[in-house]
Amino acid sequence: MDTSRSYLEPSSFSKKMAAAIIIVYAVITLIPISWMVMTSFKNVDSAISYPPEVLFEPSLEGYVNLFTNRSRQSKEYLDSLPPPKNWYEELVRSREMVITGPSKFLGRYSNSMIIGFGSTFASVFLGALAAYAFSRFRVPLKDDLLFFILSTRMFPPIAVAVPIFIMYRKLGLGDTHLGMIILYTVVNLSLAVWLLKGFMDEIPKEYEEAAMIDGYSRLQAFFKVVLPQAMTGIAATAIFCMIFSWNEYAFAVLLTQFNAQTAPPFIPTIIGEGGLDWPAIGAGTTLFLLPVMIFTIILRKHLLRGITFGAVRK
Amino acid sequence: MSQIKIVNLQKSFGDFTAVKNSNLTINDKEFFVLLGPSGCGKTTTLRMIAGLELPTSGEIYLGDEEVGMLRASERDIAFVFQLFALYPHMNVRNNLSFPLKMQGYKKGDIKSRVEEAAKLLRIDHILNSNISSLSGGDRQRVALGRALVRRPKAFLMDEPLGTLDAEFRELMCLELKKLHLDIGATTVYVTHDQLEAMSLADRIAVMDGGEILQADEPNIIYNKPKTKFVASFIGSPGMNFFEVNEGISKDQSFVNIEGAKFEIPKQLEESKGSKNFFGIRPENLTLNNSEGLKGSVFGVEYLGSRKIITVKTSLGEIKVKTDISVNVKLSENVQVKPLNNNIIIFDGQTDKSLNSEFIK
Repeated sequence: MDTSRSYLEPSSFSKKMAAAIIIVYAVITLIPISWMVMTSFKNVDSAISYPPEVLFEPSLEGYVNLFTNRSRQSKEYLDSLPPPKNWYEELVRSREMVITGPSKFLGRYSNSMIIGFGSTFASVFLGALAAYAFSRFRVPLKDDLLFFILSTRMFPPIAVAVPIFIMYRKLGLGDTHLGMIILYTVVNLSLAVWLLKGFMDEIPKEYEEAAMIDGYSRLQAFFKVVLPQAMTGIAATAIFCMIFSWNEYAFAVLLTQFNAQTAPPFIPTIIGEGGLDWPAIGAGTTLFLLPVMIFTIILRKHLLRGITFGAVRK
Repeated sequence: MSQIKIVNLQKSFGDFTAVKNSNLTINDKEFFVLLGPSGCGKTTTLRMIAGLELPTSGEIYLGDEEVGMLRASERDIAFVFQLFALYPHMNVRNNLSFPLKMQGYKKGDIKSRVEEAAKLLRIDHILNSNISSLSGGDRQRVALGRALVRRPKAFLMDEPLGTLDAEFRELMCLELKKLHLDIGATTVYVTHDQLEAMSLADRIAVMDGGEILQADEPNIIYNKPKTKFVASFIGSPGMNFFEVNEGISKDQSFVNIEGAKFEIPKQLEESKGSKNFFGIRPENLTLNNSEGLKGSVFGVEYLGSRKIITVKTSLGEIKVKTDISVNVKLSENVQVKPLNNNIIIFDGQTDKSLNSEFIK
C-alpha cells in the first residue's frame, strides 16, 4: 500500500477525475461562447447556412455592420461612385451597399461603460463606508438594519419596475446616466455592504487604532490603513457589482431609450436586411463580453484570495 | 514623561458598566500594571487613557492636562497592542518612521531616532525586512520600537506578550523591565497574567467587575490583600478560605471553625456580620499526622521545587504548598495545620479584609 501521502490528501486518481470533470464542464460552458465568437467572424450567408459551418472563411463583415449604418443602392449608382477609400467601404460595396454613417453601437457601449463602472464605484465606495461602520461602531439596531439591507435583495428587482418607472419619470431621471447609476447602485449596495462587512470584520481594529494613535484621523485611517487591507474584498465585491450592472437588461429596456441606453437592450435590435444580422449581433456580444472578462482577469488574483479570505484565522 | 491621574472615571456600553467610578494615580516613571480576569474593565480603562474609547463620565489627566475627550493622536501617548498591529504593507523601518512622519519630523531626525530605537531593541539588523518575515518576538520588538521613537508622555500596553509562546514571553518580560529601567517612561500595562504583573510592576491595580479593588506594590498585593477577590486571584494557587460562622470582635485571637479552635492574629477591627472567612495561603499550611484538620490526599502536583497537595477535608478542598521532600500518596489520610499566624479574616458582608496585627 502506498503510504507516502497523507490521509487528507486526495489520491492521484481522484485528482485526475476532478480535472477531467472540470475540463468537460469548461468545454460545455465554452461551446456557446466560442460559437458566438465564430459567428461574429462569419459573413451573413455562412452564419445562417445549414448544416452549420464549423470551418469557414473569416470575415469582418459582422464588425463592419455593427459599427455602421448602410443603405442598399443600385448597381448604376455604385458604379458612378469613386473607388472605395478603404477596406470596409470595399466590403460594404461588394454587398451592393454604401455606408451612410456610424451606428449607435459605440454610444450604447460607452453608456454601458459609464453606467457599469460608475455604479460599481459608487456601490463599492458607499458599501465600504457602511460596512466599516457596521463592523466597527455600536450602531443602534445593527442586526435589524443589516437584515433590512439584505431584505432589499429578497424580491426580484423587476417587481418594483412600475413604481420605479413612475418615480423616475416624475424625477426626470428616466433615460439618464445618473438615473441608471443610482438604480444599479441601490440594487448592488446590499450585496456590497454584506460582502465587505465580512472582510472588514476580519481586519483587526488594532491597525487603524494604531494609526489613529500615531496621528491619523478616523477617516484617514479608514482610507490609508483599512482600505488597502480590504483590497481583496473590494476586488471581489467590485466584480460582482460590475457583472450585475453590466449585464442588467430588464431595467435598461424599461428606463432607457436614446440618451442612456446601454448595450444589452441595443444588441438584439440590430436588424439587417431580411432578418437579424447574426454576424453583427455576434460581434456586438463578443465586444460586450470583453470588458467584464478583462476586468475579472485583472482582479482575478484578488478574487481567488478574496473568496477564501478569512476562512482560516491565522 | 508624566503622571497619569484618573478621577471618577466611568464607562458604560448601553446597560453594561465596564468601568465603575474609578480613581487612580500613576506616578511619573512608574511601571503600573492593571491586572484582572477578562471582562474586568482593565482594557477599557487603558483604552480610555489612550483615547480609543471616550469615558461616559470622569476625567483623565496626563501631566496637568485633562485629556478625557481629546483624540488619541492629540494625547502624546504610545500604545502597544496584543496583536502588534504593525502595518503589514510597510517594512520595519517604515513602520518605525510612520508615527514620526505623521508628526512632521524632518527626514534626518526620523532616521536617527529610528536607528537609535532599533539599536536599543536590537532590531537594527532587520530594519529593511518585511513584517511578514519576522518572528513573534521580533514583531513585538518592532511594535515596542514604534512606540519608543515618539518619546511619548506615557506608554500604554495591552497584553503585549499575550500572543508569544512561553519561552519568548519570559525573555521579553526581562527585556521590557530592562527597557523600562533604561528609559524610565511612565508605563501602564494590562495583563491577566499575575506572574507577568508581579515580575514587571512597580505597582499593580487589581480589577474585577469594573472596579479597582486594590492598587499597591506587588508584595503588598500578595501578602496583604484588601479583598477576598484579590487574595484568591493573586497567587498560584490562590488563598484557601474557610467559612467562620461567628462574628469577629476586636482583640479576638481565636476562631471556631466547625468546632475546632484556630489561632488568628489579634484583630484590630470587628466584623459587620456573623459569617466571615478565614483565609490562609497554601505555603502557610503544613501536613502532618498528629494534629490539625483531618482529610485525605486528593491530588498532588509537582512544580519542580515545590509540590501542591490538595487535601479533601470536611471544610472542602484545601491546597497546601509543601517542600518537594514531602511524600504522600493519593487517598492517604493526613492532617493540615497552619504553619504560622499569617492569617487574614475577611468580612463576609463586604468581602474586605479585617485589620489585625498581621495586616494593618
